[in-house]
Parts: sequence; structure tokens; C-alpha cells
Amino acid sequence: MKDILKLLEEDSRYTPAELAAMTGKDEAYVRETIRRCEEEHVINGYTALVDWDRTSEEAVTAFIEVKITPQRDDGYDRIARRIYQYDEVESLYLMSGSFDFSVIVTGKSLREVSRFVAEKLAPIDGVISTATHFIMKRYKDKHRAFLVEPEQEERPLFI
Amino acid sequence: MMDYTKIMSKNVRTLQPSGIRRFFDILDTMPDAISLGIGEPDFKTPWHIREAGIYSLEQGHTKYTPNAGMSRLRGAVAEYLSRRFDLRWDPRDEIFVTVGGSEAIDLCIRAVLDPGDEVIIPTPSFVCYGPLVTMANGVPVYVETKAENEFKLTAEELRDAITPKTKLLVLPYPNNPTGAIMEQGDLEALAEVLRGTDIMVLSDEIYAELTYGGHHVSPANIPELYERTLLVNGFSKAYAMTGWRLGYVCGPKPLLKQMIKIHQYGIMSAPTTSQYAAIEALRCGDGDIEMMRDSYDNRRKLLLKGLRGLGISCFEPRGAFYMFPNIGAFGLTSEEFCTAFLREERVAIIPGSAFGPGGEGFARICYASSVENIETAVERLGRFIRNLGGEK
Repeated sequence: MKDILKLLEEDSRYTPAELAAMTGKDEAYVRETIRRCEEEHVINGYTALVDWDRTSEEAVTAFIEVKITPQRDDGYDRIARRIYQYDEVESLYLMSGSFDFSVIVTGKSLREVSRFVAEKLAPIDGVISTATHFIMKRYKDKHRAFLVEPEQEERPLFI
Repeated sequence: MMDYTKIMSKNVRTLQPSGIRRFFDILDTMPDAISLGIGEPDFKTPWHIREAGIYSLEQGHTKYTPNAGMSRLRGAVAEYLSRRFDLRWDPRDEIFVTVGGSEAIDLCIRAVLDPGDEVIIPTPSFVCYGPLVTMANGVPVYVETKAENEFKLTAEELRDAITPKTKLLVLPYPNNPTGAIMEQGDLEALAEVLRGTDIMVLSDEIYAELTYGGHHVSPANIPELYERTLLVNGFSKAYAMTGWRLGYVCGPKPLLKQMIKIHQYGIMSAPTTSQYAAIEALRCGDGDIEMMRDSYDNRRKLLLKGLRGLGISCFEPRGAFYMFPNIGAFGLTSEEFCTAFLREERVAIIPGSAFGPGGEGFARICYASSVENIETAVERLGRFIRNLGGEK
């Protein structure tokens, strides 16, 4: 299972036939493993890594530190649920250290993201404070460098 | 005007440049061709290793090192060989650092040959051994290994090749281009043949870390062969460090003492920056080796399945990152086959004939390339051989 997951994490477009060939397993086994992983939420989805900066679309991402008061019984989870339900929230992590939640929010403009923080996030019951950091440039995400590195100019001709 | 042919050394003049020059000339005109030709990792050197090289420059380590290489590096090599291959040499005088495995091979050959001495070279194999032997005024004796023997050198083949003039046996395993490996029993059988002779073994183990479904065994792991083994290894393949040009040789002190004289006069010392990077590689690079080997292994399986799916007969390689399918059934020489494949389908693979006797009828495909390239190459190869069939 680990080898299949590692390959899918590298490129989720690999087909079951390709995965079977690369791991030496049969295709039915690969299909079944993937199905089970999806069912058990080991695999939680497939997505593309888009660099919106290379398109004409406007896109802004912010990283927001959030401090909260944990709730009785539910601890952090109930507030987390109230936060992550918003479509604007790309990721949400519970952190150790000087703040509680790290929230990654995307929007079309600084104003849109700011409005989300001011009108949606900050007023949530239990949220004590927020600190918003706008992301200026994305160098690397999911192990992929977003800057295109120069290719070697000359092709060597040895064998 | 000067007649330069009169000036050239006869020995050098008669050396053949790579036999497939024309092939490369065509490739050179096709910048968009998919190349599964070059035998080189497709990974960049892992960052922590590159960073160690950069840091050494920042620290101003820009001078020569001792001829034999930095003692810290030799110590790290000794520790690495013991940890990963259960091999032991004294870093003080049984290991020294060279400019790539290539220099180490050259030194081994030059340090033991007198004019007319013979060197047994199993083929198909990497192209450098024969020419280096010729340059050292020795005589290369090629022994053709066979697909039905998994391209291993057998005891019988070795016995037949030995003459009173035999000085050196080259063991190029894991093998480029076949992907063959030698296992414990295979080496023990050779040890039997070599017993009582003065023949040294030059074991080129540059692909040792790229062994699949088993563990690499060195001739030096065989007690009887240890004292007659000169082991050559380097950083290029295991750590994707081809451009750093760094290798090493291990073996008996009296021979290394001779070799280091040649190294001292011809090279001085291996590049300092590379040596600092290499220390980092040996100390903290085991994870990189596993990661890259797993990745090559995935692609090895993918390509093997692809080729066999086309009905092409192919020995399953157990080491390195090459596949050596049999293309003899298509009625073309390997050079004709690869040239036509390149022209028509724009995929470069190397004619087996380039790798010496026994290579004709085969082609080498390097699978250190992207999954996409490998799949495209297999698809185009399928179309190419269907068209060949159509012409018959």
C-alpha cells in the first residue's frame, strides 16, 4: 500500500495500470487498494497544483494566526469545524506554540480576504484574536518548486 | 603545413572514437527527441549535499587537499563501505580519492600493466576499459557474456580467457548496459578459477547501490578474492553527483602506493569542493539512495512490462538503470535499428554494438527518465516495430 500511496502523492494522474506496472502488483489489487484508501479516507482527494500567478486571474492567499478559548467538552474541534466549513478556508491546522489555529485563506483580492477575516472569522465565538499575513510569493508547494529552474544548456553525448 | 598525423601517438591514433558517432550526430540535430540514451541519473544532487559544497566555498576551502584526498573523506568512505557492504579497508593507505570512478579505473590499469599484458574484459560493458588498456600498452581480451547466462561472467568463460599474460580481470557489475549482477555463488566460482594465479580483479562497482530485489555483493566480500581486488566506486550514480567528478579506489596498500604516484603527477588531488560535498553524502545520504533506488525500481518495472508487452524479449535487469532488450529479431543491425528509430520516432536509445562483442542485436535503454518519457518511448517503439513488420 505504501508504495502505491507514495506514487500517487508524487503524481495522482498515474493510472491503476501504470501503478501496477511500477510496483509489480496486479491491476485489480491496485484498484482495490485505492478504493479502500479512499473509503477509509487515507486518500482524501485529488487535486492540481495551480500557480494562479501565471494566469490572468487575481488570487490572494493569506496565512492567519488565530487564538481561541477552547470550549468545554469539544476542546478545539467545534470552533475548528465552524472555521473550516467556509469555502474560503483552504487549510486549517491546530498548532503548538503562541497561537492555536493556522488558517490558510484564499480570495480574489486583499479586500475580499480582509473582509472574510473581519466579518466571518474574527466574530466567531471563542476567537480571541487574529493576525493576518498575506503571502507575497509561493516558492514551493507540495514538494514542487514553483519557479521554473533553468535547464542545462548543453546535452552531454557520452554513453 | 605540418602533417599532424606524423606527430600523433600511434597508440592514440588507432583508438576508435565512440563507434556510434554518426548516431550522436543525428541526435544533435533533434533537440526535441526523447533521449533514453545518456547513462546519468535524472535527479539533481540532493540539496543538503550541494549545500555542503557551497558552504565549503563560503568557508574558503579552495585549496588542494592531500593527494589521497581529505582524511575525513577517506574515513567516511571506510565507514560507509563497512556499514553498507560489510567491506573493510584502512582509510590511511588502502583507500584514496580520485576524479570520478573513471580515473580510478585508469589508475588500476596503468599501475599493474607492462607492455603486452592482457586484461580480461567481459562484454557487453561500459566502453572505457579496452581503450584504457590499449593506452597502457596492454592487450584487451574481450569475453562475450550471454543473455542465457543472465550476462554473468561464468567460471568456464573466465578459464578459457586466461593465458600466462593475464594480469587483470575487470568485473563491471552491476553492469552497464545489461543490468546484470554477480551474486555470491557466481563470484565464488570465479574465485575457484583465479586461485593460485597472480591475476588481480578490478571491480567497477559504481552501480552497487542500484541493485534491485537483493543486496550487492562485491568480489571483496569473498574472502579468497579480497586480497586480489581493487574496488572502484564513486558518487555519481548513488548520489546523482555525475558532474562533481568524484570517485575512489580501495585495495592492497602496495598497489595503491603505485597508483597514487600516477595520480599525484597527473591530477594532484580531486576537487576540494566535491570532497566536502561527498563527506555530507556519505554521512547523511542513505535516505537519498533509498529514495532514488525506489524510484528507478518503479520505472524499471514499468519499462520491462512495456517492452514485454510489445513482445520484445528482454532480460530482467537486476542492477544499474538500463534495460538491454534483444532487437535481433527485426532484421536490422543494432545501429540501423536505433538510427531508424531515432529518425522516425525521435527517441534515442543506444545500439548494443557500442558496448563491445556480444552487444550486437541488442539496444540499451536508460530508464533514468520520467514516467511520461518512458511510456511515450514504449508507445513509439511499438509503432516502430509494427511498421518494420509491415515492410517485410
